[in-house]
Amino acid sequence: MILWLRRNLFRSIWDSITTIVFGGIALWFIWISIEFVFITGRWEIVEVNLKLFLVGRFPEELMWLIGASMVAIAFWVAAVAGGSPLGTEPRLRLGERIVDYVRRFGLIFALAILLVVLSNSMESLLWLGLIGVGVIAGRVVGRMRRDNKIIQKLPGIIWQPMIATPAIALVIFTLLESTLELWGGFLINFYMALISIILCFPLGLLLALGRRSSFPVIRVVCTTYIELIRGAPLFVLLLLAGVALEFFIPPTISPDAVFRGITVFTLFTAAYLAEIVRGGLQGIPSGQIEAGKALGLSTVKINSLITLPQALRSVIPAQIGQFISLFKDTTLAGVALNLFDVMTVGKVITKQDDFLGQGLIYESLIFVGLLFWVVSYVMSKESQRLEKRLGVGIR
Amino acid sequence: MSPLSSVSARPKFWRDVRFLRWVFQIFVLAVVFGILYWIYGNYQTNVERSAVPTDFGFLDNPASFTIPGSDFDQSSPVSAAFVRGFQNTMLVAVVGIIFSTIVGTLVGIARLSKNFLVKTLASAYVEIIRNLPLLLLITFMNLAVVLQTFPRIENAWQPFDLFVISNRGLALPWFEGSGLILLLIFAASIVVSLVVMKIERARADRTGQKSRAGIFAILIILGFLLVGWMLLDYSWTLPFVDGRGTTGGLRMDPSFFALIVALVLYTSSHVAEIVRGSIQAVHKGQGEAADALALSPGQKMRIIILPQAFRIAMPAIGNQYLNLTKNSSLGATISYFELTQIAQITVGNGSPAVPAFTLTLFIYLAISLATSLIVNFFNRRLALVER
Repeated sequence: MILWLRRNLFRSIWDSITTIVFGGIALWFIWISIEFVFITGRWEIVEVNLKLFLVGRFPEELMWLIGASMVAIAFWVAAVAGGSPLGTEPRLRLGERIVDYVRRFGLIFALAILLVVLSNSMESLLWLGLIGVGVIAGRVVGRMRRDNKIIQKLPGIIWQPMIATPAIALVIFTLLESTLELWGGFLINFYMALISIILCFPLGLLLALGRRSSFPVIRVVCTTYIELIRGAPLFVLLLLAGVALEFFIPPTISPDAVFRGITVFTLFTAAYLAEIVRGGLQGIPSGQIEAGKALGLSTVKINSLITLPQALRSVIPAQIGQFISLFKDTTLAGVALNLFDVMTVGKVITKQDDFLGQGLIYESLIFVGLLFWVVSYVMSKESQRLEKRLGVGIR
Repeated sequence: MSPLSSVSARPKFWRDVRFLRWVFQIFVLAVVFGILYWIYGNYQTNVERSAVPTDFGFLDNPASFTIPGSDFDQSSPVSAAFVRGFQNTMLVAVVGIIFSTIVGTLVGIARLSKNFLVKTLASAYVEIIRNLPLLLLITFMNLAVVLQTFPRIENAWQPFDLFVISNRGLALPWFEGSGLILLLIFAASIVVSLVVMKIERARADRTGQKSRAGIFAILIILGFLLVGWMLLDYSWTLPFVDGRGTTGGLRMDPSFFALIVALVLYTSSHVAEIVRGSIQAVHKGQGEAADALALSPGQKMRIIILPQAFRIAMPAIGNQYLNLTKNSSLGATISYFELTQIAQITVGNGSPAVPAFTLTLFIYLAISLATSLIVNFFNRRLALVER
């Protein structure tokens, strides 16, 4: 213990001084945080407005749809993750595995428990349990895909949509059942990010391939698109979609703000994704492509069977990073398109009659920050883990 | 004719790859132009229907809004507003880039410190800030910190009587007089310090003694600024509270302060990660060689590791600079008068939306291109010349 202290905190005089100064700052900061969270903070503003924060003015009688969609999405994600090939690390025993899961996903779980406690209803506890069941079911199905010889025979192009079907169907059903104007809160941010991620993926791939194409015309078109989008701030593009989109489409169509947001996010992220994938494609030795040509494969087959699988795998961490930043950027849509997203909720509720002029902006914005932080942090940690597992950057 | 000649003969044109390639490209081009033409046609009909001008004539109209804290008034033309917005955007970008580089480098080095506490604090800083939305940071700085926590002007904080901090903005001590002359003095000081540094380095190389070039350079620049300023009989001013505002010193708008702090926090956390990764990417043998030469830890970092790390980090950091410049458009959400805010206001005041936003986008594009040109220039200078 003392040896550890001497090694890590008090190596020399200067080291000791730094330790004391920074230790003082850290202690002070921890103290005011604890004081704020447990003593001075008035969290009833979050408790009262929890539903606004999470789903906005979504109709109460349709809430089961959102719960069911969450279960289906959890199932989908767990099935994809559970079906990933085994890493090189040794298999853990049950106890160790639980510790591992707590370390990786404990924060998400803690946030879920916090939300359930804040909502103060049995129903939310039930939904949390169902989401847990969805995760376990997803893992089991993913395992089956990996270990069962018969299911393995199914090509990915059939299997992947199969496990995604419940989630997509429920999301579309929710869209049809409710009016988009009633959507709000974190739900909007989450769904906008999710839908844009799914939509931008094929577009990004095509752009990346197009930028490396041997057809000069296609190369120029793709490069122009990518560079134009990357030179423009997302916020201005969103404003443009809010104010000026009417000028570019026939007057009979008037898309909803959520659709405008999704369109801009998709087109925007596709350009960045294309650059990431292009980086991955450039990292593939040309011998791979030449070998494909020597086997007499067509360009489509070379791309879909040889280059793209390798390129996509090597840039998974960068892709996840891009998706995290898309998720965080969905807050911009709230301001630019006047959506009732979670940031807007956080600002508006401090002007409610019960809380007006009491200076509760700290509480509400910190709660919003917590929602984003937990999701982004867990995702970025997972991507680092994946990076290690895939051996990216280790030669 | 020999039977072989039919092999070398050209295939039918609909089976000729060279021909098909061009057909395919022309087809793609036609689709792209078709979409563009469709959009353009829609634009024409919509514009005619609502009788909105499509040219840039609106730039000469009076802007009919004011920018507080400047001589920009109701009758100034819209073009002047755009110029002002461009200046403010550039101001945020330059100040933000300078500070986020400094903070980011320090934090990035601190994350690799041997001191457990420093390492943990730096990691906490990066991990907390990096995973928050930038808009949340900006809103938090503006609504919570500046507008709510900073005191009213009547009881402003005045640490050491040098600063005035209130919810009407910050005021710092600043020089008084011509900025141009200060710039000239600054340029002269840099030239002199460069010469002195060269001489000092040469002396150090010749005698084998320690080089003090860096210290000399800093002393010369500071001394030149101070003495030159005094000799020319200029002075500086301290800010003080004057009724409902502050007088003297350099006044910062509260929105400018909030925007800069949020942007620097956010960008520096990304820069810190890049710097950390680049330091780790420097070959281990380099650090060991420095240890073997008995360089002090500070020297090792400054002379051996950092120059090589920055060579690796430069492209990624350049990307962060571009992001910072583009992210400064979020200043519009807290009413800082930068380019996007100006565009938004003029469109709200009746300027046509499409030309105004197109102009804005092209200015951002130009800034981005200029920044990447500068970054590429430094990149080439820093890059190793290999064989």
